[in-house]
Amino acid sequence: MKEEVRLMKGNEAIAHAAVRYGADGYFGYPITPQSEVLETLEALMPWETTGMVVLQAESEVASINMVYGGAATGKAVMTSSSSPGISLMQEGLSYIAAGELPCLVVNVMRGGPGLGTIHPSQSDYFQATRGGGHGDYHFIVLAPATVQEMADFVGLGFDLAFKYRTPAMLLADGIVGQMMEKVVLPPQRPRRTEREVIEQCPWAVTGRPSTRKPNIMTTLELDSYKMEENNRRFQQTYALIEQNEVRYEEYFTDDAEYLIVAFGSIARICLKAIEDARAAGLKVGLIRPITLWPFPYAPISEMSRKVKGILTVELNAGQMIQDVRLATEGRVPVWHFGRMGGIVPNPQEVLDALNADIASLNK
Amino acid sequence: MKQEEIKRPENKVYSKPALLNDNPMHYCPGCSHGVVHKLVAEVIEEMGAEHIAIGVAPVGCAVFAYNYIDIDWIEAAHGRAPAVATAAKRLNPDRLVFTYQGDGDLAAIGTAETIHAANRGENIAIIFINNAIYGMTGGQMAPTTLEGQVTATTPYGRRVDLNGYPIKISDLLSQLDGTCFVTRQAVHTPAAVRKAKAAIRKAFENSMAGKGTSVVEIVSTCNSGWKLSPAKANEWMVSNMFEKYPLGDIKNTVSK
Amino acid sequence: MAKVYGAVEINSERCKGCDLCVVACPADVLGLQPKEVNNKGYHFAYAAAPENCIGCAACATVCPDGCIEVYRVVEK
Repeated sequence: MKEEVRLMKGNEAIAHAAVRYGADGYFGYPITPQSEVLETLEALMPWETTGMVVLQAESEVASINMVYGGAATGKAVMTSSSSPGISLMQEGLSYIAAGELPCLVVNVMRGGPGLGTIHPSQSDYFQATRGGGHGDYHFIVLAPATVQEMADFVGLGFDLAFKYRTPAMLLADGIVGQMMEKVVLPPQRPRRTEREVIEQCPWAVTGRPSTRKPNIMTTLELDSYKMEENNRRFQQTYALIEQNEVRYEEYFTDDAEYLIVAFGSIARICLKAIEDARAAGLKVGLIRPITLWPFPYAPISEMSRKVKGILTVELNAGQMIQDVRLATEGRVPVWHFGRMGGIVPNPQEVLDALNADIASLNK
Repeated sequence: MKQEEIKRPENKVYSKPALLNDNPMHYCPGCSHGVVHKLVAEVIEEMGAEHIAIGVAPVGCAVFAYNYIDIDWIEAAHGRAPAVATAAKRLNPDRLVFTYQGDGDLAAIGTAETIHAANRGENIAIIFINNAIYGMTGGQMAPTTLEGQVTATTPYGRRVDLNGYPIKISDLLSQLDGTCFVTRQAVHTPAAVRKAKAAIRKAFENSMAGKGTSVVEIVSTCNSGWKLSPAKANEWMVSNMFEKYPLGDIKNTVSK
Repeated sequence: MAKVYGAVEINSERCKGCDLCVVACPADVLGLQPKEVNNKGYHFAYAAAPENCIGCAACATVCPDGCIEVYRVVEK
C-alpha cells in the first residue's frame, strides 16, 4: 500500500495507521466513542495481508493483559478504549510499565466520573499523566488535535515506546475520535521479522535457545534493595524522556500579552478565539502541549515571564492547570475555563472567559 | 553388590530433569507444586521443546516458577495468565505456550479470562493446581475449598449458605467447545505422577497440533494451609478431595 | 532368577524432610535423619537400609524437590 489521501474519522485513521505501521497485534473491547477502531480493523482483515493479529477480547482487563503478553514477546501491540475501559486497564498498565514493555494504548476520552457520558471530555488528564495505576511510573502521553495526528501518533507512539521501552498513550478526546477530516495515510511498512524482533528486543520472551539464559518478564522483586534499583532505573528512563521528548506547538506567542494553554481538539477552538481576540486588538498566544507527559514546562515557564495572565482551557474541571501553575511558579495568574459533561465550548465562550479573567486583574 | 558399584552413571534410572535448575524451591516441604514443576520440566525436555516453550505463571505460590524451570517465562497479574498466553500464542503460533495457575487464580479472580480463552479454543495448555486453598497469602478460602473445610477466612468451616459451593471449574470448562482435553490428575503416588505426566504431555502436544485448549487439573495438597504433615495431607486429599474432584479424563476429543 | 540391586543418592542439602519418599518407598529403604539436620534445619531423608533398595524410583518420582537420583542393576 502506498501513501494515500482519505477522508475518515479519527478512530478509523488509528486503525489504518496501525496496519500501515506494521503493528503485530491489536486487542480490544467495544466502548463508545472509540469502537470504530476495532470495527475498522476487523473490516480491514490485516491478518490476511500483513499478518497482524486482531482480537476482540472479553473485557478491557483481558485486552490490556493480552497487550502485556504480546509486548513481552517483543511484538508491536496495542489496544484502544475509552475512559471507563481505561480505568479497568490500570492494573495491566502498571504491570506493563514495571515490565518496561513497549506498547500503544489509545484512550478516546468520554465524560466521567462513573459511566458518565459518551460525549467528549478531557477528564482523564490526571489519570494519563500521573500513571493511573499503582506504583511510581509514567508513560508517554500524546494528545492529537486532528485526524492527521490520530494517524501520525500511532507510528510516533510505537517508535517512542520501543525507543524507551515504555507504554505510550494516545490520549484523544471524543471529538477527534468521531470527526471526519482529510488524512494522509502513510505507506505500508512491513512487519518486523522474527529475527528482527529478537535482534531489536533481546529481552523478549521468545523461547530460549541453548545460547542464552532464560528471558523472564517479571514485575515482582521481593528484595527491597533490588526493587529500589528497579525504581531508580525507571526514573532514569523518565528523566531521559523528559529531556528528549517534550513536544508542543505555539501560535502568536512572540508578541502575546496573554497566553492560552489547551490540548487536543480544544486547542483548535482556542485558536479561533485567539484570531477573534487579535481582530479586536487583544494580543493572545497559544501553547498546545502535544506531549502531556512529558509536559512542556519550559516554554510555559518562559511565557510566564512575558505575559500578564494564562488561561487553560480544558474539557474538565481543571486538571492540566496544575501543570501550568507548576510551570509558572506563581509568576502570573493562571485561570481555568472548562466545560464538563460532554459539552464543547465555542470560541466566543473562550474569549468571554478570557476577557472576564483579564477584567478581574484590574479590580 | 556394593553401593559404589550400583551408583555408576550407566546404572542411573532417575534424576531430576536438567531444565529443573538447582535453585532451592521456596515451596513448603511436601508441596505438590514441586512435583508438577518437575513433570513440566521433564515433558518439555522429552519433547525437545526448550527453545519454543513460553510459560505464563500468574500471582500465587507458583508466580516464582521462573526461578526453577530454565525456559522463557512471563509473570502475569492475578488471574490474567490466559489472556497473556492468548496473545503470546497468537503472535507466536509456533511456540509452546502454557499457563500454570492455582485455584484462586483460575477459578476466582481469573474466571473470565480462563473461560474465554478456553471458549476461543486458544491453542494453549493450562496446568491448574487445585489445592482448595490460597497458599501464598496464608491459607484463606479458595473457590474450590470444600464444604466444611477450615481455612483462615472460614475458621468454622466453609458454609455454603455464606460462601457458596466449591466450584468444579474443570467440569465447567469441559462444556466449552473450545476445549479438546480436560483431565483431573494428582501427584500423590508414583502411579498418579506417571499419569499426570502423560496428561501434561498430551496437553502440550495438543496445543502444538492446534487442537484447542487443554486443561490439566492437578488435585494437590497444601499441607501448610491445611495444617497437616505432607503425608497426612495426601491422605486427607484422597479421602476428602477425590470425592468432590474425582480423577480421570473429563473430556477428550483428540484421537489417541 | 534375575536379581535387582538398587541405590539412591540423596541431595541432603536440597531435601526438606517432607517424608513423602519414605512413605512411597515399597522396600523400607528410606528414613528421615532422627537427629542430624541440614543447613536449612530439616531432618533430611537418607537410606537407612540401603541393601533393601530395588531401584524402583518411587521415592524420586514423588519427591517434590528433585533431590533423589536412583540407580538400578539387574543381575541375570
